[in-house]
Amino acid sequence: MNKHSTTPGSNWDVVVVGGGNAALCAAMTAAEEGARVLILETAPKAYRGGNSRHTRNFRCMHHGPLGPLVDSYTEDEYFSDLMKVTGGKTHEGLARLAIRSSEECLPWMEEHGVRFQPSLSGTLSLARTNAFFLGGGKSLVNAYYRTAEKLGVTVKYEAAVTHIELDDDRVSYLDYTLADKTHRVFPKSVVVASGGFQADTEWLARAWGPAAKNFLIRGTPYNRGVVLADLLDQGVEQVGDPTQCHAVAIDGRAPKFDGGIVTRLDCVPFSIVVNKNAERFYDEGEDVWPKRYAIWGRLVAAQPDQVGYVIIDAKSLNLFMPSVFPPIKADSIEELAEKMGLPPVALKSTVEEFNRSCGDTSNFHPTELDGVRTTGLNPAKTNWARPITEAPFYGYSLRTGVTFTYLGLKVDENAQCSVGNRPIANLWAAGETMAGSILGQGYLAGFGMTIGTVFGRIAGKEAAAYAN
Amino acid sequence: MQTDFLNEARRQAEICNACRYCEGYCSVFPALHAERAFSDGNLTQLANLCHNCRGCYYACQYTAPHEFNLNLPQALANVRQQSWEEFAYPQSAAKAFQKNGALIALMATVGFAFFFWLAKQVATIGGEGFYAILSHNMMIAIFMPAFVFPLVSIGISLRRYWRSVDGGPVKFVHLKKAFIAAAGMKNLRGGHGDGCNFEDTDRFSQGRRYAHQAVMYGFLLCFAATSSATVLHYVFDMPAPYPFWSLPKLLGVIGGVLLSLGSVEMVRLKLKSDKTLAADKAFSGEVGFVGLLGFVAISGLLLYFLGSTTAMPVLLVLHLGAVLAFFVLTPFTKMVHGFYRLAALARDAQRTK
Ligand SMILES: Cc1cc2nc3c(=O)[nH]c(=O)nc-3n(C[C@H](O)[C@H](O)[C@H](O)COP(=O)(O)OP(=O)(O)OC[C@H]3O[C@@H](n4cnc5c(N)ncnc54)[C@H](O)[C@@H]3O)c2cc1C
Ligand code: SF4
Ligand code: SF4
Repeated sequence: MNKHSTTPGSNWDVVVVGGGNAALCAAMTAAEEGARVLILETAPKAYRGGNSRHTRNFRCMHHGPLGPLVDSYTEDEYFSDLMKVTGGKTHEGLARLAIRSSEECLPWMEEHGVRFQPSLSGTLSLARTNAFFLGGGKSLVNAYYRTAEKLGVTVKYEAAVTHIELDDDRVSYLDYTLADKTHRVFPKSVVVASGGFQADTEWLARAWGPAAKNFLIRGTPYNRGVVLADLLDQGVEQVGDPTQCHAVAIDGRAPKFDGGIVTRLDCVPFSIVVNKNAERFYDEGEDVWPKRYAIWGRLVAAQPDQVGYVIIDAKSLNLFMPSVFPPIKADSIEELAEKMGLPPVALKSTVEEFNRSCGDTSNFHPTELDGVRTTGLNPAKTNWARPITEAPFYGYSLRTGVTFTYLGLKVDENAQCSVGNRPIANLWAAGETMAGSILGQGYLAGFGMTIGTVFGRIAGKEAAAYAN
Repeated sequence: MQTDFLNEARRQAEICNACRYCEGYCSVFPALHAERAFSDGNLTQLANLCHNCRGCYYACQYTAPHEFNLNLPQALANVRQQSWEEFAYPQSAAKAFQKNGALIALMATVGFAFFFWLAKQVATIGGEGFYAILSHNMMIAIFMPAFVFPLVSIGISLRRYWRSVDGGPVKFVHLKKAFIAAAGMKNLRGGHGDGCNFEDTDRFSQGRRYAHQAVMYGFLLCFAATSSATVLHYVFDMPAPYPFWSLPKLLGVIGGVLLSLGSVEMVRLKLKSDKTLAADKAFSGEVGFVGLLGFVAISGLLLYFLGSTTAMPVLLVLHLGAVLAFFVLTPFTKMVHGFYRLAALARDAQRTK
């Protein structure tokens, strides 16, 4: 052949694009249905598993105690939790399918090697709704790779899929590069589970504007949306708003990619947050942190240079979960400002103005909305407002950390993709790359892994059935 | 203590404290998450709670090539190893033997030579069986000090440890908890019962736990065999040799077989394991120690089976030489980990109340 080499014996039944949770669930299911399965994972082995390697739990419906989960969590409660965070922008049919199937996922995951643990210290509020993976997402991914290999699945690392050729309403072949060579395979079925496009900052900048170049990416650098773009270019049905992404405020010193969970900062409610001109811009005490966590990504993104600065004093230091980088520490506000590159006089006056607006703090309660608020300040701080007076003073910088993007492939309840309202006979999608089919905006902790597991299994089953 | 190892462990502990994904694997993490800042004493305690099962390494999303470069099993192993050297009495002996398998072997050879010499000197005194080679009183005269010295030395070390980790007065319940955890090797189960990741990267297996159980219980049975023989000798005036259906022989044979098999398996697993997850340069000392332990067991068994042949005198001398080296080196080799581990578990029982 010409420049493409066709691997001998490459008559695969199912090729799965990606190597995270959704891909592995699809691959294992297809292999159990008797299909010959190939996983193409663009990351090297040490970084296999995409964003899934950063996760810690999945959200699971259950009637009565199940595995590590206590009490019960019904379909309706789960669904209404979802509606709250998405503001109604939810595909009810697919959402309910994911929710309903989540209950049988837990034992299935255990059978495939995943182990659970009680909810982590500091996350008690999730003990009923979210099942935590022992060792986190990477141990889940490791267990799945072991099981997949036992089931006869072939895995190729550093195999970047570059093109999926669509011939009318079916996929005819697929190209990937491995060790500088392009390979072409002709599988009977293809499952796309290659995540969103957030690691492609150019694409983010096109959707968001140039500010996006300053965003940090919380997870894998390998989800660059190559396959997503390739399929959308060929007219495959899309869903979701390209300008939507899940973004939180994380420690500004975090690495550009893959900083993961440890870069999060939980100190905002006990602080004042200023921009680079040392001006406050939002109510830091609006609600308990888990509920406000996700809005600060956008708030910081709207500030000059997309950066914020958190200022606390000694009495608040031990009120929140520690984070990976120690805070910047100083004996005076001016010194802190200098160390953080903020204008000292302006910061001092912002802090003083805030301190003057604080009132009675005797009702201060770190874990409840305590109504300890400022008066006459704009913007107000409506809870936990205690003057910043006790040296040493501490500061953290904040940047926008993108978790994932919403633009994706539109699928039906069989996880099948479509083109011009017709289903594509042999193309399915699972996980982050189709999550926009369910969620239009917002995010519910632990739902990403639920979507990946449920639709990964559906896609694997359908793909194998078509191939057989 | 060398601060590099402590600082590296501190850096990593702070990352784990912000992550907590490994909380369920072992006792290290709940103890770690109870702190916010880590003193040298905290780190020493955490290090001695860790038994290098490696679950947290293979599960970690921050291992190299990630810039956070997590390798908690190794960071804690280095602090642990160093704490044993630092608290040992005398310190110089631990510095010499902990990481040096060749020196351990040399010490065993010195033990052999000593007994050869002794046997030559006293062979004519008379007696039956083993005592034709060395009289019982002679053995006692040699082994009592060799037994008492390590106990005193370890006692001093444990006191130093207890001070450094800020331990409170020890109550019966703390010890009870510690012994129960150690007896079942609860922590080697890996938090989920599938065992640890040792000999084959991220695959969980019970291999190390079973091998370690065999070594520990084998050793304890051998020890019980010797103790029961001493009691028979002095209290009941029944000197050796004992028949097969006697307490010393039964305990000794079962213990010897367990200890031999366990030691061989431990070395085999160690050879397959990734050395970059263990303490720096400690491999030879550890293998030397397990080798010595295995040699004690195998030579003891051979002595039993070939006790009435002409090989007996040589075997006896080799066995006694190895036992002597083993006892004298106990405070300065991997053997001492058992004592620290119990202390760490007791300290942890104080933390959790
Ligand atoms: C820090 C962090 C914490 C999170 N915590 C949670 C949590 O606790 N619970 C939860 O439910 N969700 C969580 N999420 C969201 C969750 O990670 C995702 O919803 C989920 O992992 C998506 O799984 P996936 O398999 O679709 O994608 P991924 O796991 O990202 O997998 C995509 C795979 O595709 C591969 N790939 C990409 N492009 C190509 C290509 N061209 N060719 C071949 N392979 C390709 C990638 O290398 C990767 O292996 C978290 C996300 C982050 C960033
Ligand atoms: S070892 Fe890694 S995954 Fe485990 S708690 Fe520490 S940082 Fe988290
Ligand atoms: S190596 Fe094992 S025992 Fe040590 S900290 Fe990690 S999980 Fe715990």
